[in-house]
Amino acid sequence: MAVAAITDNYAGERLDRVENFHGNQVIYIGWDYHLMFCAPVAFAISPDTPFDRLLEELIPGAYSQHPEFERIDWDSVQWILNGEAFTPELDASLAAQGIDHKSILRFNTPGLGGIQGSGS
Amino acid sequence: MSPKKLSLKEKYSLLTRDLEWEYSYRDYKEIFPQEEFEGIKITDWSKWEDPFRLTMDAYWKYQAEKEKKLYAIFDAFAQNNGQLNVADARYVNAVKLFLTGVSPLEYQAYSGFAQVGRQFGGVGARVACQMQSLDELRHVQTQIHAMSHYNKFFDGLSEFNHMHDRVWYLSVPKSFFDDARSAGPFEYMVAIGFSFEYVLTNLLFVPFMSGAAYNGDMATVTFGFSAQSDEARHMTLGLEIIKFLLEQHPDNVPIVQRWINKWFWRGTRVLTLVAMMMDYMLPNRVMSWKEAFEVYFEEAGGALFKDLARYGIEMPVYAETAIAEKEHLSHQAWSIFYNYTHAAAFHTWMPNEREMDWLSEKYPNTFDRYYRARFEHWREMERAGERFYNPTLPMLCQTCQIPMGFTEMDNPTLIAYRQSVFQGERYNFCSDGCKDIFDHEPQKYVQSWLPVHQIFQGNCGGAEMEDVLAGYYRMNLGTDNLDFHGSPDEQRWNHWHNLQTAAEQMKKAS
Ligand SMILES: [Fe+2]
Ligand SMILES: [Fe+2]
Ligand SMILES: [Zn+2]
Repeated sequence: MAVAAITDNYAGERLDRVENFHGNQVIYIGWDYHLMFCAPVAFAISPDTPFDRLLEELIPGAYSQHPEFERIDWDSVQWILNGEAFTPELDASLAAQGIDHKSILRFNTPGLGGIQGSGS
Repeated sequence: MSPKKLSLKEKYSLLTRDLEWEYSYRDYKEIFPQEEFEGIKITDWSKWEDPFRLTMDAYWKYQAEKEKKLYAIFDAFAQNNGQLNVADARYVNAVKLFLTGVSPLEYQAYSGFAQVGRQFGGVGARVACQMQSLDELRHVQTQIHAMSHYNKFFDGLSEFNHMHDRVWYLSVPKSFFDDARSAGPFEYMVAIGFSFEYVLTNLLFVPFMSGAAYNGDMATVTFGFSAQSDEARHMTLGLEIIKFLLEQHPDNVPIVQRWINKWFWRGTRVLTLVAMMMDYMLPNRVMSWKEAFEVYFEEAGGALFKDLARYGIEMPVYAETAIAEKEHLSHQAWSIFYNYTHAAAFHTWMPNEREMDWLSEKYPNTFDRYYRARFEHWREMERAGERFYNPTLPMLCQTCQIPMGFTEMDNPTLIAYRQSVFQGERYNFCSDGCKDIFDHEPQKYVQSWLPVHQIFQGNCGGAEMEDVLAGYYRMNLGTDNLDFHGSPDEQRWNHWHNLQTAAEQMKKAS
C-alpha cells in the first residue's frame, strides 16, 4: 500500500540499504530455545566471509557463556535460513549460499533444552 | 459605561466557538490543507460536541492553583530530603526510565496537539487540541521539576533529553511518537487522543503513579494527582474524536478501525517498558502487570469496544496476542534489559528470593516453567563474580524497534520471527502486528532509525562500544550503567542509611 501522504507518490529513504554498511552486510543469528540470550544477535560482516568463520569466531563469541555451548554436537545441528531448512557449505562465502543482507540464520541443537530444560 | 457581566454560557460561547471567523478571501482547502488526504470525510464540523466546557480564563486560573500546590510539595520534598524515604534505591531506576522514556513524550504530545490544533476546520476541535497541547507542555515541565531533585543524588538522570533522541531502548517510545506526529491530523488523534490517552493511558500513568505512592516518592505522586484532571479531559477528547469520525461518514469506519488496530499494537509494545517496571523495578509491588492488563484493558477496554460496536468498530485485531502475552511480557522485557544493562542508563538486578516467590505466585502459568531457572542461573553467575552481560548487539524489530525478545504464544520459548521483502530488501519483525503495520506503509517504515544498524553504519560516534555509549549517548560508564549491585547509587544509599542509623544511635545515647 502507498502511504497516505500530503504529497503524491511519497517514497521514503531506505536507511538500511546494504550500500550504507561500508562493504559489510547485516546478518542475524539466533540459537533456538536458548533465551538466556534474550534476542537473536546482529553482526555487520563482509558477504565474502566463509561460513566457517561463523562457527569459529562469531557464534562462540556470542554464545560461549552458555553452560550447554560446549556440549553442542555441530554435526547434528539443524540450520534455518530465513525460515527454511538450510545446509551450509562450510568453506563457501555467505553470499555464495544465499545468506544475504538482513538474513536470519537460526540453529537448533537437538537434545539441548536450555537451562534445566526451560528453553533458556 | 461599565462593562456588562456575561453569563457563563455567553462567555463560553465567545471564548470558544466565537473564535471562528468567515473565510472570505481564501479557499477553505488552502487554509486547512491537511483535512482530506487521509481519506477521512467530514461533512459537518458543527456536529462536533465540545468534550469539556472550559474557557481559557478558567483554565489559567485552575491550572495556576494546581501549580501552586504542586510546587509547594516539591519544595517540601526537597527540604525534607525526600529522596531518603523511597523504599530503596532500586526504585529510583523507575524514575530514570520515566524521565528518559516518558517525559519527552509529553513534549512530543505538546507539539503534536499544537500542530493538529491548527489543522482542523472545526473550531471546537481546534480549541480542545490547543488546550491539551498546553496541558502536555505543563506535564513535561512539572515532571522535569519533580524528578530534578533525584538528579542531585542518583546517576542516570542528567542527560535525559539528549538520551531520548539517541539511546537504543529510548528509540522505542520516541519512534512511536514520531510515527504518530508524521501521520495526518486524524490518524494522530486516533493514535494519541484515542488509543493512547483513552485506551492505554491507565496502563501507563496508574502504574507509575501508584508505584510512586507505594514506594515513598511523594514528588511523583503529587505530580500524578496534579495531572489527573487534565487526563480526564484528554480522555473525553479521545472519545469525542472517535465518535465524531464514526458518525460523520460510514467510509470513515474501516480507516478508523485500521488505525485502532495499528495504534493499539504500537501502544502495547511501548507498554512493555511499563510491564517490566511494575513486576521488577518497584521494591514495593502495586499489582502485577498481568493484573493491571486484566483490569485496565480486558475489563475497561472490553466494555469500551462493546460500546463502539454500534458504529461497526471491533476489538483491535491483535488484542488476543496481547492478552496471551500478559503472562510473558514483563519477564521477557526484564531479560532484555538484564542482557544489555551495560548499555543502559539505569540499573537492573536479579529479583531476590522473596521477589521470585511473588513472581511465581502472580504468574502461576509461566514464571516457574519458563523464567525461574534462567534467573537463578544468572544469579549464580553473579555470585561467582561473572555477572552475565550479552556481548553481542541484538536484532531489532523494524517497526517497534524493540530487541526481538518476544516469543510465539503457542510455543513460548521460541522467538517470534516475521519477515517481509520490499523492493528486494528484507525487513524483520517481532510480531504479526509489527509486520502488518510495515506491510501497509512500507515507504514510511523503511526509514526506521534502528539504533543497532546505525551503530554498524558508523553514525553513532565510532566503532567501539565506548565511543557509542560514553560519546554518542553521553552515559557515564561505570556509574549510569551496569548492575545495581556494586553501583555508586547503591553505595551512596547504604552510606546515607548507615549515617542515619549512626545519628539515631547518638541521639539515643545522649
Ligand atoms: Fe500528558
Ligand atoms: Fe494526556
Ligand atoms: Zn515489533
